[in-house]
Amino acid sequence: MAWFVRSKSNIQESEQREMPDGLWTKCPSCGEIIYKKQLEDNLYTCPKCDHHFRIGSDEYIQILFDEGTFVETNRNIQSADPLDFEDSKKYADRIKELQRKQNLSDALTTGYGLLKSKEVSFGCMNFNFIGGSMGSVVGEKFFRAAKYSLQKRIPLIVVSATGGARMQEAAFSLMQMAKTSAVLGELAEAKIPYISILTDPTTGGVSASYGMLGDVNIAEPGALIGFAGPRVIEQTIKRKLPPGFQRSEFLVEHGMVDLIVSRKKLKDTIYKMILWFGA
Amino acid sequence: MATNVILDFEKPIFDLESKISEMRNISDDIDISSEIEVLEKKVEQLRAEIYRNLTRWQRVQIARHPQRPITLDYITNCFTDFIELHGDRTFRDDPAIIGGIANLGGEPVMVLGHQKGRDTKSNVYRNFGMANPEGYRKALRLFKIAEKFGRPIINFLDTPGAYPGLEAEERGQAEAIARNLLEMSKLKVPIIVVIIGEGASGGAIGIGVGDRILMLENAWYSVISPESCSSILWRSWDFKEQAAEALQLTSFDLKAHNLIDEIIYEPIGGAHRNPQEMFRIMSEVLSKEVSELSKTKEMDLIKNRREKFYKMGVWIEE
Repeated sequence: MAWFVRSKSNIQESEQREMPDGLWTKCPSCGEIIYKKQLEDNLYTCPKCDHHFRIGSDEYIQILFDEGTFVETNRNIQSADPLDFEDSKKYADRIKELQRKQNLSDALTTGYGLLKSKEVSFGCMNFNFIGGSMGSVVGEKFFRAAKYSLQKRIPLIVVSATGGARMQEAAFSLMQMAKTSAVLGELAEAKIPYISILTDPTTGGVSASYGMLGDVNIAEPGALIGFAGPRVIEQTIKRKLPPGFQRSEFLVEHGMVDLIVSRKKLKDTIYKMILWFGA
Repeated sequence: MATNVILDFEKPIFDLESKISEMRNISDDIDISSEIEVLEKKVEQLRAEIYRNLTRWQRVQIARHPQRPITLDYITNCFTDFIELHGDRTFRDDPAIIGGIANLGGEPVMVLGHQKGRDTKSNVYRNFGMANPEGYRKALRLFKIAEKFGRPIINFLDTPGAYPGLEAEERGQAEAIARNLLEMSKLKVPIIVVIIGEGASGGAIGIGVGDRILMLENAWYSVISPESCSSILWRSWDFKEQAAEALQLTSFDLKAHNLIDEIIYEPIGGAHRNPQEMFRIMSEVLSKEVSELSKTKEMDLIKNRREKFYKMGVWIEE
């Protein structure tokens, strides 16, 4: 008999890594080694297992918009750090550092452009920016993108990737849930279509506001979508969650999203929908 | 009600009070009534002073005080003819949110709120005031009834959060809260929201969109509880005091940031110290708010409500 018996399985890396720099990358799902150029051509999905890599607003703009038609808006809106928040690092410093490193203003990029020659107002979250969290800036930029839709009478398309509301702005962040949902009420009254695209992951205060409020909610395959995070739920109910829990397929099954669309068919599907909406 | 629960910082007050009652017991032989009177004054001074200088964490403790009035106490004491309405017509009745029709000073209103329990048994039944999706959907159903019959809505917020359970996810906790936020922003009747205890995150704001947002002096309202904030940012539960400070979650903070309209002051020593006085204050405030909002035209009501939330947030525009 062995001296040491492993009672638990080995520690496994469950968190998905952001796209590493270099020529080759490994699929976190099936382990396939993929040439970076090939991954790009395949819209950042694994050619072998269709795993959807986490990507940011630059990539989604490239995927969804007709070349050279996207115009970014409201880049000048920046966090004011209303609570002078500090944990292991000052929140203000954290923001500045991320802005510099990632060339983003905050966790939501907004703008407008042509999708198969149809003009749409667009927002896309960046999970890399403080977990894609929603504070005052995300709320205000979403609000303005929605108002732009309203004013031009064009569809609103928003891609979510977020852990929820931003803790560093506390109650201010919480109120953004009401703010973003309220402006969607105006869109609904004006019969302007809103398509919500949920990517990995979409949880917390964003899923519980504009994430779930699309006329159509589209999920990317295998995305984690829910209100509470899986770890919190496990701690609460004190048992393991079943496999596939809170994944896109689970959400379709439970009636929370309309359909799952692979990234390669995303542009086409959105286009067909906005034609149907008559926008 | 259970025996008195004394919070750490309240101890000096209770020590003094028990000294006074001891003195009363021996005062049959000698007259020390003047000394007692002096001490009683001192107790009042001490209480006022302690409650004037509470830290944020101490206020969180008061907001969770086991004897603090909860939704049903306000409904019973500030309203008449309450008839509870049950169920979301889809899945089940959620005891963590209660509501129904009632009269407020003779005016018909819809009143609802998160409902915590008073002891272990009732807390289990009420799920500690943590609602499931059907709770939010019941609330929405009640809102629509109020809208249909033109009655004002009064919501009491008091929850440690929406329930993070497996079934809650299956039934769409996120969607249920999101739908309420959108629908409440365009209801055609006045909505008054009062945060009476804990206002934790999406679970609170899920019934928290309104024309007037009022907050009890010792309630808290934020995106996360101090404990969870501590565990995420400091990777330990021990920094809850610091987290409470950092989150700026008291009524005074929210008022200073223009995120609520008014603070409702509690009797000295907190709502649990003098519930009757608290109910009197609450009734008065609610009646005033209802009569003022009833004068506003329907269109203005919705426009103002939207504008109110659109203005929330602080950013720099360069």
